[in-house]
Amino acid sequence: MDFGLSDEQRHLRESAREFLTNECSPAYVRKTMADEAGAARELYAAVANLGWNGLIVPERYGGSGMGMLDMAVLLTETGYAAMPGPFLFSSALAASALAHGGSDEIKERWLGALAAGTIIGTVAISERNDSLNPAEMVTSARREGAGWVLSGTKMFVPYAHAAAFIVVVARTGPSPADIGLFVVKTGAPGVRIRMLHGLDLTRRVCALDLDAVVVTSGAELSGGAALYARLLDIGAVAIAADSLGGMDRALEMAVEYSKVREQFGKPIGSFQALKHAAAEIVAELEPARALLWYAAYAQDAGTPDAPRAAAMAKALLCSIYTRGTDRAVLMHGGIGFTWDHDIHLWFKRARFNESFLGSPVYHRERVAALGGY
Amino acid sequence: MDLEFRPEEEQFRKKLRQWLEENVPLSGLRGADPNATRDKAAIEKARAWQRRLYDGGYVALAWPKKYGGQELDPVRQSIVNEEMVRARAPGLVGGMGISMLGPTLISWGSDEQKRRYLPKILTAEEIWCQGYSEPGAGSDLAALRTRAEIVGDEFVINGQKVWTSGAHYADMMFCLVRTDPEAPKHRGISYVLVDMRSPGITVRPLIQMTGAHNFNEVFFDNVRVPRENLVGKLNEGWLVANATLFHERNMLGSTTTSQQSMARLIALARSVHRNGRPLTADPVFRQRLVDLEMRVEAMKYHMLRQLTDQVRGRNPGIEAMINKLAGTELNHDIATAAMEAMGDCAMLARGEEEAMDRAFWPYEWMFSLGLMIGGGTSHIQKNIIAERGLKMPKSR
Repeated sequence: MDFGLSDEQRHLRESAREFLTNECSPAYVRKTMADEAGAARELYAAVANLGWNGLIVPERYGGSGMGMLDMAVLLTETGYAAMPGPFLFSSALAASALAHGGSDEIKERWLGALAAGTIIGTVAISERNDSLNPAEMVTSARREGAGWVLSGTKMFVPYAHAAAFIVVVARTGPSPADIGLFVVKTGAPGVRIRMLHGLDLTRRVCALDLDAVVVTSGAELSGGAALYARLLDIGAVAIAADSLGGMDRALEMAVEYSKVREQFGKPIGSFQALKHAAAEIVAELEPARALLWYAAYAQDAGTPDAPRAAAMAKALLCSIYTRGTDRAVLMHGGIGFTWDHDIHLWFKRARFNESFLGSPVYHRERVAALGGY
Repeated sequence: MDLEFRPEEEQFRKKLRQWLEENVPLSGLRGADPNATRDKAAIEKARAWQRRLYDGGYVALAWPKKYGGQELDPVRQSIVNEEMVRARAPGLVGGMGISMLGPTLISWGSDEQKRRYLPKILTAEEIWCQGYSEPGAGSDLAALRTRAEIVGDEFVINGQKVWTSGAHYADMMFCLVRTDPEAPKHRGISYVLVDMRSPGITVRPLIQMTGAHNFNEVFFDNVRVPRENLVGKLNEGWLVANATLFHERNMLGSTTTSQQSMARLIALARSVHRNGRPLTADPVFRQRLVDLEMRVEAMKYHMLRQLTDQVRGRNPGIEAMINKLAGTELNHDIATAAMEAMGDCAMLARGEEEAMDRAFWPYEWMFSLGLMIGGGTSHIQKNIIAERGLKMPKSR
């Protein structure tokens, strides 16, 4: 029985914390927020040297061949730092899609460059109807000759405007299980990308219009609906990990503020209401931390409860993050409401996390269904 | 990350499971009403059950061998905790001695005290109760006023304790008393061992809202206690008591109870129909069930994490401070959901034939609230987490 992080994972955590403290300060985050593309390309390229971009890419294709628990450790740190840019979407999501479903040719073509930090990949899953249910997917892939023609609109595609390729999830036939995933080059004819104006400027999302986009049969990933389901689970764990680190940071900020801000002749942290507000977050967050570790491990180990654990992690951690950052802003008083104070960065990231790839209500329903309720 | 137990641990579990299957029915305590006051006969059976467990090698596994333990790692003890809940085995009547006094004596007791008291703690030959809280000293335990004056080679104790679980059948009490009323409150306290048969001790039952009698008031009227029954140094009892509390906090409870409760709640929800369908199919109640289930799962892994840290010798951090708060609130929330699931049947009490689910939940709902209070209320736990964990400034 050895439940927790290995020595290597602890080391990864510590070195990531150190690196991001130096290279991804709130000032850097704000600079990226103000940048039009907001893709933090220099940071993305810099972390390639640390092996982050290819963390889960197989070694054969230039990566480190590590697992979701290692990635979760890393994403907890990037969440803590409010790291802006496409890292999670490229190196966890897009990389996973290709690693698990790509042909050798696709992997050769894209994974090396992704691991090296020279290109970004992303995934296009959501549509206008706020449904992740394969039965309700509208974007279609129609067979034509030896290839496919993709049509439809994908929403909330992270960093499509900065990506070299997009993994597009589309319907290939009339039944719910007819799902295909296709690697689409962003420069291809018929691809139109429009950045959406979002609340969280550390994560940019786009609308993606596919107007009869032609792809070869080689562009299709193998796995279909099963790969899609797995991708959603990986996304759930990834976002949950970011939420864990983000909540750690937001709580830390609120607690530190409460130690220095004085009112009524005392630090406000000496008042029970604030103590209890902080303690309640800890009491929820610590068990959730262990659950997140399990959910990430379950992805690697392929346990039968892996999908259920992923849904639990997403639902639990995103809920804690939104409620907790609400509370963290409140604990800061008036200053927490300003643009110039940093707490709203995490507050908005929490909202993004809850919205992206399924709300807590959605994931709780999945937990119920998977639990045979 | 490795969730597997070692082969010898699985062997141990298998053997224990079989042992419990054979021995629990012989205890004569199975199916005992948790609400019933323990009478003499029940106490003797409880003592015998603990003795049986001890002889089987299933009590205080982590204790040093020289004091009757086996120096086994925390994983073994956690397997015992888990399997006992799973088998719905009767608890240890001498639990207070095993988990609280025993470790205290091991760290702070004199050799004579260890020799005199430890063996009988393990066999339940002596059952202990805890004399801490007083009417004026609950959350603020250090404000205690039960006075112990030194007269010759004895302490003479006058005062009152309250919420003393098991005082009506205990043989001995470990007790916090004020030995220096002039000193600042934390510094004038001593830790003494009191024979419950001493002249001058009166035990009066306190009935809980459940109707059960578990705890008591205990009055001391010139009770004489030998000087050598002092544990640790005079006026340093607070340090001794805190060390025990720290140890107690690190005793990882089993989450099996929560898991069993959760399973029972789901079964109840399946059986209750509302608007033509089971409550498990109700969209709102479903979400609530999942919320509880996620917390149960999270606590399960949270305990495994701490167990691993203990085995690896890592110092517990803030994560260890939330156990009582999170665990007790979770159990009460599960029971509350069950009461709400039962609709108007939630009005019914134990013994009423029309009651649902064999009237398990009313007692559980009330008792689980009691557990949020005892051992430091949820509010106190939050203060501890904030002050000792997050280092937020003290109010005083």
